[in-house]
Amino acid sequence: MTSDGHLLEVRNLSKEFALQRSTREAIRRQGQVHRAVDDVSFSLRRGEILGLAGGSGSGKTTLARCIIRLVEPDAGEIKLDGRDVRAAHRRELRELRRRMQMVFQDPYASLNPRMSVGAMLLEAGRVHHRPGSENGEAFVKAVLERVHLSATMASRRPRELSGGQRQRVAVARALAVDPELLIADEAVSALDVSVQAQLLSLFLDLRDELGVAILFVAHQLAVIAEIADRVAVMNKGRIVEIGDTATVFHAPQDDYTKALLAAHPHPDLEGRRAQQV
Amino acid sequence: MSSLLEIENLRVDFGTRSQPLTAVKDVSLSVAAGEIVGLVGESGSGKSLTCRAVMRLIDQPGRIAAGTIAFEGRDVLAMSEKQLRDFRAHEAGMIYQDPFSSLNPVHRIGRQLAETLSVNLGLGRAQARERAIELLDGVGIPDPARRALSYPHELSGGMRQRVMIALATASEPRLLLADEPTTALDVTTQAQILDLLERLRADRGMAVLLVSHDFGVIARTCDRVAVMYGGHIVETADIATIYTAAEHPYTRALLQSVPELSSAGHPRRRGGIPGRPPELGEELAGCVFKPRCAFAEPDCAEVEMTLRAVGPAHESACPKRPLAAAASARVGAGAGAGTDAGAGGSGKAGPESVP
Amino acid sequence: MSAVDLVPGAGAPIVPAPSPSPSTGSWPRRIARAVRGMPLQAKVGAGILLFLVLLAILAPLIAPYGQNQLDFANLLAGPSGRHWFGTDAEGRDVFSRTLYALRLDLAIILFVTYIPLPIGVLVGAAAGWYGGVVDAIVARIADVMIAFPFMVLVIAVIAIVGPGVEGVLIGVPIVAWALYARLARSEMLVMREQPFMLATKALGYTDRRAILRHAIPNLMRAALIYSTLDMVVNLLLLASLAYLGLGAQPPNAELGSIIADGQNTLLSAWWVATLPGLVVVLFGIGAGLLGDGLSDGRRHGGSV
Repeated sequence: MTSDGHLLEVRNLSKEFALQRSTREAIRRQGQVHRAVDDVSFSLRRGEILGLAGGSGSGKTTLARCIIRLVEPDAGEIKLDGRDVRAAHRRELRELRRRMQMVFQDPYASLNPRMSVGAMLLEAGRVHHRPGSENGEAFVKAVLERVHLSATMASRRPRELSGGQRQRVAVARALAVDPELLIADEAVSALDVSVQAQLLSLFLDLRDELGVAILFVAHQLAVIAEIADRVAVMNKGRIVEIGDTATVFHAPQDDYTKALLAAHPHPDLEGRRAQQV
Repeated sequence: MSSLLEIENLRVDFGTRSQPLTAVKDVSLSVAAGEIVGLVGESGSGKSLTCRAVMRLIDQPGRIAAGTIAFEGRDVLAMSEKQLRDFRAHEAGMIYQDPFSSLNPVHRIGRQLAETLSVNLGLGRAQARERAIELLDGVGIPDPARRALSYPHELSGGMRQRVMIALATASEPRLLLADEPTTALDVTTQAQILDLLERLRADRGMAVLLVSHDFGVIARTCDRVAVMYGGHIVETADIATIYTAAEHPYTRALLQSVPELSSAGHPRRRGGIPGRPPELGEELAGCVFKPRCAFAEPDCAEVEMTLRAVGPAHESACPKRPLAAAASARVGAGAGAGTDAGAGGSGKAGPESVP
Repeated sequence: MSAVDLVPGAGAPIVPAPSPSPSTGSWPRRIARAVRGMPLQAKVGAGILLFLVLLAILAPLIAPYGQNQLDFANLLAGPSGRHWFGTDAEGRDVFSRTLYALRLDLAIILFVTYIPLPIGVLVGAAAGWYGGVVDAIVARIADVMIAFPFMVLVIAVIAIVGPGVEGVLIGVPIVAWALYARLARSEMLVMREQPFMLATKALGYTDRRAILRHAIPNLMRAALIYSTLDMVVNLLLLASLAYLGLGAQPPNAELGSIIADGQNTLLSAWWVATLPGLVVVLFGIGAGLLGDGLSDGRRHGGSV
């Protein structure tokens, strides 16, 4: 079942989007394709936090969506705990999906505006027959506690919550089905820095307390530095570098990684003082 | 003072007269000629509105309720429509987060640029077109003559932002207002745009008011920084001072929340700031940061949110100076700076106060 | 939408929503709270409509005279204390006729607007969600229905079924569902890319649950706003048909036929056509205000 303790294994994953310039091309099935994900391979251990870095257009979000088949990959293999995700249908797919949950970027669009927090959490638990979900109130309370929200949140609607609170609810919804892997797709990018830090701390807690592995997609390298054990850097659909966070960030091998790191804004205080003098 | 821009006691309200929802409460700020000043804050701090107020670009239901905005001594708020148009055309320029919003999608960019030049500088068509290409070159667009024929959607985000900068600086304004200009851009592109702004400042002596939520961006480009929270400015200082000797607990807590590359390999668990920023309409007694401040005391509810000098060119709205006291204690004990727990959350807060 | 598009706080409303309403409480209470939260415009519109509906429901009780009660002493009499809206050429009280006509018309309109609505929304939502062949088929059928000259179709149905209310009750829904389907479909095409809908897929929810429990509650608002406009259109359609003699037949009072009857005496006895006409206008104003008011709540704010 499990292979070498890897929870998630991705091999040679590819996804193309057709760019049709004209009707003629469409009819003739010509035209260029955009390789959003180009032959990507990596693996993730249980309880590991893997950062997925890259600029916009690098393919990281597409890759994340391919893994849970929100977008269907064109080629390659995805194995969760040894089970083939791509070949799974209906019931099996549902169960596999339960085990890898996604948290999306936009806190203002990731929750159903017409459902109360409690209702959405309970629905998730019940659809997947989670133990304890028969007792609605207790279940919701327990899930909310895991993300440090009080039970009074259960009756609130998303519009009454701040961005940070909404993201916590989004994480809670993911946790309600007891996943083994969380995929955070730019989950903290739309939050204020002071709130972002809280969410990052929450993710670390979840890994420590529940043992969930996290695939953390982000375009800001510093955020990845704060949370990830290992990091994979993507450029134009390919992983150009992958390794321990400290190694990759302090001693990058690939030119693109180097460029990303160099471009990262940091206060050059020494340089400034020299300028002012 | 030879300030280029002097904002005093600015107040921006939404809502009605009976129930004014004040987004910018009492902001005073100055920008000297050729200076790059950063305005940093989180959502709800009022920084964007402050920036837009300078050009009087506040839309209904918002309005500038009080204060003065003096540009080279002239009151912008008192200008007539015509004077305001001239001001916006020649003396101050503005760029936004989304370059698309300034560019008409159905016109080629060269034409849009030339049009601005014709209208604002009275150049003839051929002259305007030539100048437009020069400007595109000046903002670092490669092969400008060919690029001038492109439509906005054919350009990348970074290029569009450059075009917007070209548009905004076409008449060589003395002040550029930049509202989150790099937020929607890649890190590499962001660096290029910031470099461009610095170059424009160096070449033309143009001052910039740079609004951002990203401390990294601010720190890289700005000479001075004003930190906003809950509609007030809570601290102003030059960049080096802010990083090494921030006085206001919010500034310090904010800096500590900022993720850093150097954390790679040892996740620091920063914890952020417990609670959440005040919402529009929330009226707090005394210091607006009190509910979230680690140094708060009961009499902070009587503090007035005004800036007090705490050093050369350094002002803070916190009269208690808890961080200065801690710093001198540390210096006295011979310990180094950098790893103090200081102001700011220590990880887990109570469930209700969670943002 | 690229991943780096959002400023923190970007989606948050600039002006905060009025005091948060807990989602608990019984149905009547929740409706009352929802109503209180509506903008003034919508409340005024809803008030007008409610007023008219009440008049219609209570018509048999309030109407001072019968629909076809003849008052020979007062043929073509102007508005007075005895006959608020005056009388027509046959001595019938215009006010009473208007009330009964309103009753009939509103009943028909509510039927032909709100029966196709749920059907159309369901079909359109499904089409938008599944895409592919299902969508293609549904979209094309809907397109044909909409493209067809509406009146012609309804008249054709009337030609088969015979003049009277039945023709409208059958003919209009045949086309009306397509309008709602098209609306729901385009809303769904946008909505299905929203993270909260993608989340239903990621959570392994069935398509059925995603469409019924998650998408449709959010689509209803657009459909309801559209229905206010639709009601007015249907009322005018009814009136036009009656004017042509094809709608409700005498002796049933119908707003269109009353107005048609009063046409001849427009200059001499203006009240016969005009006052019922004003009732139609009032209905249109109410529906319009309600629709506008509800649609105002849909805009999103920017950053502060």
